Amino acid sequence: MSAESVTNAGPVGAEPRNYLNESYGVRSWLLTTDHKRIALLYMVSLTLMFVIGGLMAVLMRLELLTPQGDLFTSDTYNKLFTLHGVIMVWFFLIPSIPAVLGNFFVPLMIGAKDLAFPRLNLLSWYIYVFGALFTFYVVVSGGVDTGWTFYTPFSTDASQTHVVSTTLGIFILGFSSILTGLNFIVTIHRMRAPGLTWFRLPLFIWSIYATSIILVLATPVLAAVLMLVTIERLFHIGIFDPTMGGDPLLYQHLFWFYSHPAVYIMILPGMGVVSELVTCYSRKRIFGYNFVCYATLGIAFLGFLVWGHHMFVAGISVYAAMTFSILSYLVAIPSAIKVFNWTATLYKGSISFKTPMLYALGFIGLFTVGGLTGLFLAALGLDIHVHDTYFVIAHFHYIMVGGMVMAYFGGLHFWWPKMTGRMYPEGWGKLAALVVFIGFNLTFFPQFILGYLGMPRRYHAYAPEFQVLNVMSTAGASILGVGYLLPLIYLLWSLRYGKRAGPNPWLATGLEWTTPSPPPKENFEVTPAVNEEPYNYSEFLPKVFAAEEVEVG
Amino acid sequence: MAGLPDLPLFPERASAAAGQVDTLFFVLLGVTGTVGALVVCVLIFFCVKYRRRSERDVPPRVSNKLLEIGWTVAPLFVFVVLYVWGVNTYFRVLSQPRDALEINVVAKQWMWKFQHPEGQREIDELHIPVGRPVKLVMASQDVIHSFFVPDFRLHRDVLPHRYTEIWFVPTKVGQYHLFCSQYCGTQHSGMTGTVFVMEPQDYQRWLNESAQGSLASRGQALFRKLACNTCHTGDSQARAPMLEGLFGTPVYLQSGETAVADENYLRESIVDPRAKVVAGFQPIMPTFQNQLDEEQVLELIAYIKSLKREREQIPTVSSPAGPQPSPVGDAVRQSESGGQQK
Repeated sequence: MSAESVTNAGPVGAEPRNYLNESYGVRSWLLTTDHKRIALLYMVSLTLMFVIGGLMAVLMRLELLTPQGDLFTSDTYNKLFTLHGVIMVWFFLIPSIPAVLGNFFVPLMIGAKDLAFPRLNLLSWYIYVFGALFTFYVVVSGGVDTGWTFYTPFSTDASQTHVVSTTLGIFILGFSSILTGLNFIVTIHRMRAPGLTWFRLPLFIWSIYATSIILVLATPVLAAVLMLVTIERLFHIGIFDPTMGGDPLLYQHLFWFYSHPAVYIMILPGMGVVSELVTCYSRKRIFGYNFVCYATLGIAFLGFLVWGHHMFVAGISVYAAMTFSILSYLVAIPSAIKVFNWTATLYKGSISFKTPMLYALGFIGLFTVGGLTGLFLAALGLDIHVHDTYFVIAHFHYIMVGGMVMAYFGGLHFWWPKMTGRMYPEGWGKLAALVVFIGFNLTFFPQFILGYLGMPRRYHAYAPEFQVLNVMSTAGASILGVGYLLPLIYLLWSLRYGKRAGPNPWLATGLEWTTPSPPPKENFEVTPAVNEEPYNYSEFLPKVFAAEEVEVG
Repeated sequence: MAGLPDLPLFPERASAAAGQVDTLFFVLLGVTGTVGALVVCVLIFFCVKYRRRSERDVPPRVSNKLLEIGWTVAPLFVFVVLYVWGVNTYFRVLSQPRDALEINVVAKQWMWKFQHPEGQREIDELHIPVGRPVKLVMASQDVIHSFFVPDFRLHRDVLPHRYTEIWFVPTKVGQYHLFCSQYCGTQHSGMTGTVFVMEPQDYQRWLNESAQGSLASRGQALFRKLACNTCHTGDSQARAPMLEGLFGTPVYLQSGETAVADENYLRESIVDPRAKVVAGFQPIMPTFQNQLDEEQVLELIAYIKSLKREREQIPTVSSPAGPQPSPVGDAVRQSESGGQQK
């Protein structure tokens, strides 16, 4: 990347041709095969799902203000937490960073014109929407009350709600995941710019690559197990229901064989984003690039071997429990390596605290808490107490919301200028990041204590001594809600009134910053070539400064 | 203190296991707290010390392979220690005590039913004596539930069509929450109860007040009512294996395998007799799958457990060298073999 192409001066006069003003009209969006436009289609649909899932969380927290179940009936409450889980896991978290930021930036970061299969990419979005329509149908037709985990025999025999429509919706959505993963794998293998070797790839690409492998390998198992649930429920063929000769634990094995790797589907892309943010805002090469790459692959691999830790008290053998416990400790090591490497990257850096960096630092802190509390749950002797309590809820929300959602917002702010050609308002951005951080901790930290005290999850009414901590949690949730509303407002505002962004407002390395903001439809005017390692700030920055001086001089 | 809200921050310690689980908790809290605090402190320190002072800053390159290997290997050692500690606690908490008081638990949407060995039954309340090991044999009548008493630090799922067990030694007199912690439908959060831990003499008094005839005697009545004794006559010429002294002994099966006659084996032999046929016998017993509820199965098992061997000279009932099957012709007379009353 040449220094000349990097300037911060906004364009003057008429806006140059880019992917946004290239064509207009509904058709040009709904039939587009441009990965950047598809990313925006995903962004709009995911935001809608996030708002719906978030509203359900708000209603649940309102119910839990008082120990009595007085706001909703228990059936309504059960449906709320089920749909909150289904929507947030499958329709927001799993596609979030890959489908929005990955779609937009994988081609840009590897110097390609588009993904390998652009039409397949559009089809993936339509499949996502089709799956989401099933979920909407479930919401309006009366809901589903099995919990997002669909445990048998409750889901196949006892539940009187719309289980089949829900599982079919997720089944369909699974194809969107598989096709997106496949598209990324082929793109990253085949379409890298000349000179962009594997160990010159940005870490975001590595994490999307690892995520795609999990998506392609694990999602078919989910599809199979949900189909088996559907078959048992519709045709009463005994698979999981013991009264018909089935085995309910078989269901849990199959479900978690997908759903534990799915946790890494959700967090790995977040880790990739954080690697980009930490390097850019500390102007440093990532500490231990190779170690972070191997850690990424290590998580993807070990993530497949730990599903049994969801079943320590479910009736699996002692020796199975011991095996899954040690494997669960092992999978924590690559995560620890990453946290240490991000921290060490700051050493001797030049750190600026722009909004994305605040989200990245928040991610590191909250992910550390979430990861370390995972060690509590992996300890056999302790899991027999905290299993299925609010301790678990707090733990995974620290990873999923404190980690993944923070990373998503960080990435969104970081790349917003590139995606839209406009800067977001920095002051509002920092304020929102702070509000999110405070609200998040107030919401979920009390839940660790609640869990150790013994409050079980999925309780509509609870013992009165748990009330104070629940009130704190609800208060935190209302702050968190404001924190999420702010970006929705000011990001929309910035589309029209934000300052125009130059090609590289953050002085970041990486191919995506060498092309104009917003990029032209074909991404690059000339196919870029790469001849150096990523995050080479110590050589990149002097060139930029020298070029600026020439300009000024 | 009046007016201050009730804000407990730590649960009561009311079982022998609670102390061990709490120790593990504090070890983990200490280790992870130290590591977490170190990371956050270093993070904040770097953020302050290396904040951008000039827009023209160009930081140097830094790398250190030794440090990388160090912080890869160090967690491994720490994790192995924590893992072993966790397994150790798990084994100690779950190792079966001798002379435990055995209580049967049947969970169903949305209640807990308990049966004491002397026959007392209760719903959503469990009375137990302090200081004595208690063993719960649990089954669910419908979906999966989970038995959870936070103050005992114990948790175990209750499954349909299978027994799971849990043991504990209550150490403190008092009343404790019992929660169902596996989501089980509409009234999941209402599937709670109270465990009353009592002084032994109080427990005895409670037992006497609520006596209803022992579990085994109810099982015996059921055994006769179902005409099980037509075949399980208890002598060596019977068409069915002898049940006296059977519990806890190895059983030789038609398939050549060996099974131990524990609760799960007995339960399966009642509801699905053909799953494990004893060597030397014909599979003539009918299933009782839809005729008995979980409580009745538990009563039958209590009765079988109460049957002691009287004549020691008789060889093991179930060994292949034992009594040979009755004439084959008997097999066709299945109508008499059970399920019908005389």
